[in-house]
Amino acid sequence: MSFDSVVLIKQVPDTARVTGKAMNDDGTVNRSALPAIFNPEDLYALEAALEVKQRHGGTVTAITMGPPPACEVLRDALYMGADRVILLTDRRAAASDTLATSYILSCAVRTVGKVDLVFCGRQAIDGDTAQVGPQCAEKLGLPQITYLEEIVAINGRQIVARRNIGNGYEVVECAMPVLLTVTDTFQEPRPYAAKAMLKCKHARSRLELEREAAQSMPGSDEKARAAAVDQKAAELKRRGLLIEQWTLDDIHADLAWCGRDGSPTKVKRIQSVVLKGSGHEQYQPTEGDISRLVHQLIEDHTIG
Amino acid sequence: MSRVNPQGEVWVFSEQQGGRLHDVGLELLSKGRELADTLGVPLAACLLGDKINGLATDLIRHGADKVYLCEDLSLAQYQATSYAKVLCRMVEAHQPQIFVLGATPLGRDLAPRVASALRSGLTADCTDLQIGEHTEPATKETYKNLLLQIRPAFGGNIIATIVNFDRWPQMATVREGVMVMPKADAKRKGEVVRVECPFGAEDLPLRLVKRQTTAKKVDLKKARIIIAGGAGVGSKENFKLLWDLANVLGAAVGASRAAVDNGWIDKDHQVGQTGTTVRPALYIAVGISGAVQHRAGMAESAKILAINTDPNAPIFSVANYGIVGDFCDVVPKLIAAIKAKG
Ligand SMILES: Cc1cc2nc3c(=O)[nH]c(=O)nc-3n(C[C@H](O)[C@H](O)[C@H](O)COP(=O)(O)OP(=O)(O)OC[C@H]3O[C@@H](n4cnc5c(N)ncnc54)[C@H](O)[C@@H]3O)c2cc1C
Ligand SMILES: Cc1cc2nc3c(=O)[nH]c(=O)nc-3n(C[C@H](O)[C@H](O)[C@H](O)COP(=O)(O)OP(=O)(O)OC[C@H]3O[C@@H](n4cnc5c(N)ncnc54)[C@H](O)[C@@H]3O)c2cc1C
Repeated sequence: MSFDSVVLIKQVPDTARVTGKAMNDDGTVNRSALPAIFNPEDLYALEAALEVKQRHGGTVTAITMGPPPACEVLRDALYMGADRVILLTDRRAAASDTLATSYILSCAVRTVGKVDLVFCGRQAIDGDTAQVGPQCAEKLGLPQITYLEEIVAINGRQIVARRNIGNGYEVVECAMPVLLTVTDTFQEPRPYAAKAMLKCKHARSRLELEREAAQSMPGSDEKARAAAVDQKAAELKRRGLLIEQWTLDDIHADLAWCGRDGSPTKVKRIQSVVLKGSGHEQYQPTEGDISRLVHQLIEDHTIG
Repeated sequence: MSRVNPQGEVWVFSEQQGGRLHDVGLELLSKGRELADTLGVPLAACLLGDKINGLATDLIRHGADKVYLCEDLSLAQYQATSYAKVLCRMVEAHQPQIFVLGATPLGRDLAPRVASALRSGLTADCTDLQIGEHTEPATKETYKNLLLQIRPAFGGNIIATIVNFDRWPQMATVREGVMVMPKADAKRKGEVVRVECPFGAEDLPLRLVKRQTTAKKVDLKKARIIIAGGAGVGSKENFKLLWDLANVLGAAVGASRAAVDNGWIDKDHQVGQTGTTVRPALYIAVGISGAVQHRAGMAESAKILAINTDPNAPIFSVANYGIVGDFCDVVPKLIAAIKAKG
C-alpha cells in the first residue's frame, strides 16, 4: 500500500541571527537584513514524508505560501526528494494570522486531491505560534498527531506514531487520513541528492521567470518579454521543472476568510528586545551597591 | 462563531491529567480573577475528564466563581478532538468574552483546534494579559475593555501586543510559570455547572498504545527565580552557597552543563539548549561564562543578574545587572542584603 503526503513548508527569516541591525527604529523587524531559510522543523516534516514514501511508496507534495522568493524552499524540497512542489502566492493573502493562514493552506490541501498524510513542522521560528498545524487539521476535518518524533509503524491504513509530550512520550495509533506536526527530535533530515540538485536547480515559477526576464531584457517591450517568458515556461514545463503557482482563486478560497479581513488577531504594538543586552547596570561587589541592587529588585517586584 | 459579548464571563481551561490539576490551570485563575474583577464579570473554569468532580472545589478555592464540568468516560484520556468538541459546546452556549488556556504541550495541541472551530483569534504563548483599549488605525474606531495579549515572537527578539476586537471570545494561551499561583481560600463558594456531550467514534480517533513520563527532580520551568551556577563555582561544596541564596529567595537552583558534567549537581538542573529552557522573573548566573548553548535556555528571563570575575564574559551581554567579582564574596553579601530587607 502506498501513501500520498502533503508537506506544508515555510520560508522564514533566520531569527537565530537577529542583531540590532535587523530591527527598525520603530521596533519592527527588517526582514531583508536577515537570511531567509527553510523553517527548521519543516525540514523534519519533509523528512517524515519522504521516509513514508521510501518505506511504502507513494508521493510527496510540498506546498508553501509566501512571496515568490519562497520558491527557494520548494527547490530545496525537490533536492531532498519531493515529487511535486506548489507555490501559493497572492497579495490578498498578506497579513494573514494563523486562522487565515490555516484556512488558506487547508483549501490548498483540498485542491491537491486525495491525501493520506499531511505533515507540518511543529512551529515556525518567526511567528513562533505552533498553531497552524492543529488549525489546518480542524479545517480539514482530520485528526491530529502533534509533536511527532518517530513513525513506529504503518499497518494497513493505521499509523502508529510516537509523540513528544514534554515530560516523556506517548505512542498513539490513528487511521489515515491524519495531520501530523513534526518536531526536531525526529530523525535528521536527509541531505540533498546530487542528481536531483543538478536537475532541479533550473526549476522556476512563472513569477520568477517574469522577474528574470525583466532583469535580462531591460528596455524591451512588454509583449516581447511575455513571449520570452511563455517560451521559457513551456520549456520548463516539458522538462517537469515549472514550479506550479496557485492564487487564492485556484484553491477556491473565500476571500472573507483570507488576509487581514480573515484575521481576527491584530498586532497593536511591537517592541524590540534585541537591544536589551547592549547595556546592563553595573554594580560593585560592595555591601552598599549590593544592598542598592536588592532594594531595586524589591521595588520592581522581581523579588520579595 | 460567537459574537462580541461585553457581559461575557472570563474563562480559563483547567488542565488535568490522571485527576491531578496542572499548576498552570491554577496560575491562570489568579490572572483570570484580576481580569474578571477589572471587567466586573464572573470567572469560570472549564474542567474536563472522568471522575474528577472533586477538583472543582479546588478551582473554586483558588478563585473560580463557576466551574463548567464535563465528566465522561470518553474524556478519561485527553484527545484534541473530543476535548475541543466539549469546549466549543460550552463556548457556544455561554458566550464568554475571554478564554485562556495554558501554553503546555496539551494546551498548544488543544487551543488552536478550539479557536479554529470557533473561528476566533488565538494569541500564542502570552507572558502577560491586560485589559485596555485599542484604536484601529484604519477606521479610527476605539474599542474599550479589550484583552491586550502580550507575547514574545520572532525567536524572542520582539514583544508583540495583540488584540482581537471583532471575533470573540478573545483567546490566548499563556506560558507556564509567568502568572502567580493564587492562594487557596477554603471559605470561597462557587457554582458547578454540569455539561453533557455525546461522543461518537469520530470524536475519538486516537488510540493510546503507550505512555511514558518521567517526573523531574526539579521543575525549573515553574520557578520564579533561579540561581544558576557554572564552572566558576568550583566545587560541590561551594554550590552550597547557591542553595543558601536560593533558600532566602524561595528560588530554584539551576546549572550550566559544565557544572553538571563536573558532578556538582544533577542533570535535571541543567539550563540550556540540551537542558531546560527557562524564563523566570529573575535569573542569577553565578560563575557562568554565558556560552550560546547556555544563553539559549535563559536569555528570555525577565531579568538577569550576572556575577562573574571576568568583565568580558559573554553572559554580561544578556544581563540587566552585572557584578564583576568573586562569587564567594558577592553571594554572602547578597544573602545578607536580602535578609536585611525581608
Ligand atoms: C509579531 C507577530 C506575532 C504574531 N502572533 C500571532 C498570534 O499570536 N496568533 C496568530 O494567530 N497569529 C500571529 N501572528 C501571525 C502569524 O505569524 C502568521 O499567521 C504566520 O503566517 C503563521 O504563523 P506561525 O509563523 O506562527 O506558524 P506556526 O503555526 O508556528 O507554523 C507551524 C507549521 O505550519 C506550517 N506553515 C505555517 N505557515 C506556513 C506557510 N506560510 N506556508 C506553508 N506552511 C506553513 C509549517 O509546516 C509550520 O512549521 C503573528 C505575527 C507576528 C509578526
Ligand atoms: C551541542 C552542545 C550543547 C550544549 N548544551 C548546553 C546546555 O544545555 N547548557 C549549558 O550550560 N551548556 C551547554 N553546552 C556547553 C557550553 O558550550 C559551555 O561549555 C558551558 O555552558 C560552559 O559552562 P560554564 O559557563 O559553567 O563554564 P565556563 O565557560 O568554564 O565558565 C566559567 C565562568 O566562571 C567564571 N568564574 C571563575 N571563577 C569565578 C569566581 N570565583 N566567581 C565568579 N565567576 C567565576 C569565569 O570567568 C567563567 O566566565 C553545550 C555544548 C554543545 C556543544
